[in-house]
Amino acid sequence: MHFVNRNLANPKQTSNIGMETTLSVEELNKREAEFDAKIAGGKTIEPKDWMPERYRKQLLRMMSQHAHSEVVGMLPEGNWITRAPSLARKAVLLAKVQDEAGHGLYIYSAAETLGMDRSEMIDQLLSGKAKYSSIFNYPTLSWADIGAIGWLVDGAAIVNQTVLAKCSYGPYSRAMLRICKEENFHNKQGYQIMAYLMRGTKEQRDMAQDAMNRFWWPALMMFGPSDTNSPNSADLMKWKVKLHSNDDLRQRFIDRTVPQAEAIGLRIPDDKLKWNESTRHYEFGEINWAEFNQVISGNGPCNKLRMKQRTDAHNNGAWVREAAAAYSAKKAASKK
Amino acid sequence: MSDNNHQWPIWEVFIQPKNGSAHEHAGSVHAPDGEMALLNARDVYGRRLEGVNMWVVPATAIVASTPEDVGPFFDPANDKMYRWPNYFKTPEGIKQIS
Repeated sequence: MHFVNRNLANPKQTSNIGMETTLSVEELNKREAEFDAKIAGGKTIEPKDWMPERYRKQLLRMMSQHAHSEVVGMLPEGNWITRAPSLARKAVLLAKVQDEAGHGLYIYSAAETLGMDRSEMIDQLLSGKAKYSSIFNYPTLSWADIGAIGWLVDGAAIVNQTVLAKCSYGPYSRAMLRICKEENFHNKQGYQIMAYLMRGTKEQRDMAQDAMNRFWWPALMMFGPSDTNSPNSADLMKWKVKLHSNDDLRQRFIDRTVPQAEAIGLRIPDDKLKWNESTRHYEFGEINWAEFNQVISGNGPCNKLRMKQRTDAHNNGAWVREAAAAYSAKKAASKK
Repeated sequence: MSDNNHQWPIWEVFIQPKNGSAHEHAGSVHAPDGEMALLNARDVYGRRLEGVNMWVVPATAIVASTPEDVGPFFDPANDKMYRWPNYFKTPEGIKQIS
């Protein structure tokens, strides 16, 4: 038995990272078998547990993308903070956007347990190496877009995150639990914005329908490529990082959202949408995957703008970080 | 900008959810010192009355057992079954002794 001074959140100091190179093949197989058995038994993997390098890498990729999405997701909504139609709406939107910053931090904190510093993840985002959700590369042209984002985009995120809260990696699952509790507020405030607009003038109703028309399909794309075309899905399902396929979750979102749209008189912009009584699911039209591929490869309407806004925000915040560091150094010096 | 990518140390955050309960691990924050770690922790983990008290601890100060040691480390409990009350047989007819 031995004690080591280990950093809970930064297992770089732990022995398991990079261990595979020093383990014999037999030992590696044994550990992998134990790991698989743990997953199969529904146990949670914790930062210091041995894990296959591919598991760590896939999780790190997925979690850092998720964290980046929360942070970049503040930009389209931030666009309307100064233009919210009332002080109450502004206060709500500010709280919502602040939550997104918090969600980004929960997930960065969880991702750091896999051995990468947050600063490195942020570098990957700002250098364009890391991806974030394609949905945030669409513009927010009207106030109704803020409603559509809270209702549809956060609604889609809830479907995803409720499942991720049961995933095999402990820190990710716990961060998701925390996020899910807060996300319902986002979803409801968005739906309320849409509901109010639909009770308003013809212009307001048209504005809500226009936001619906522009955000519906990108929201469906948030679940990612169809299962037949999702390169990482098989591994992630085997490791219980993903518990349902992209298509299943997309269907779940559609089934719960269509009645919500109907209840306030919004039309779903899909001529093929229809309820199938025998499957108890909605059938829907073909998703434009060419558009999706364009947006994730950097050619969406706002990709360049988002990266510029994000980089500017990072640079403009430098003085705050410098001031905090100077304050802390001064305080430490005065104690001596 | 000179300090863009400076990475402050990690502080683990523990919250006491309500009066009388024990502190629970919530997550971590980066901060240059404890005071700022506490402020960051309040903003990140305490926006909705999550608790009544908060600790921040430098992550490097935490000493933890290792998963590989789980057997030997906790093993002594196994050969001292008499530490559990159900080890002891109670005469029939006695419903409760403590």
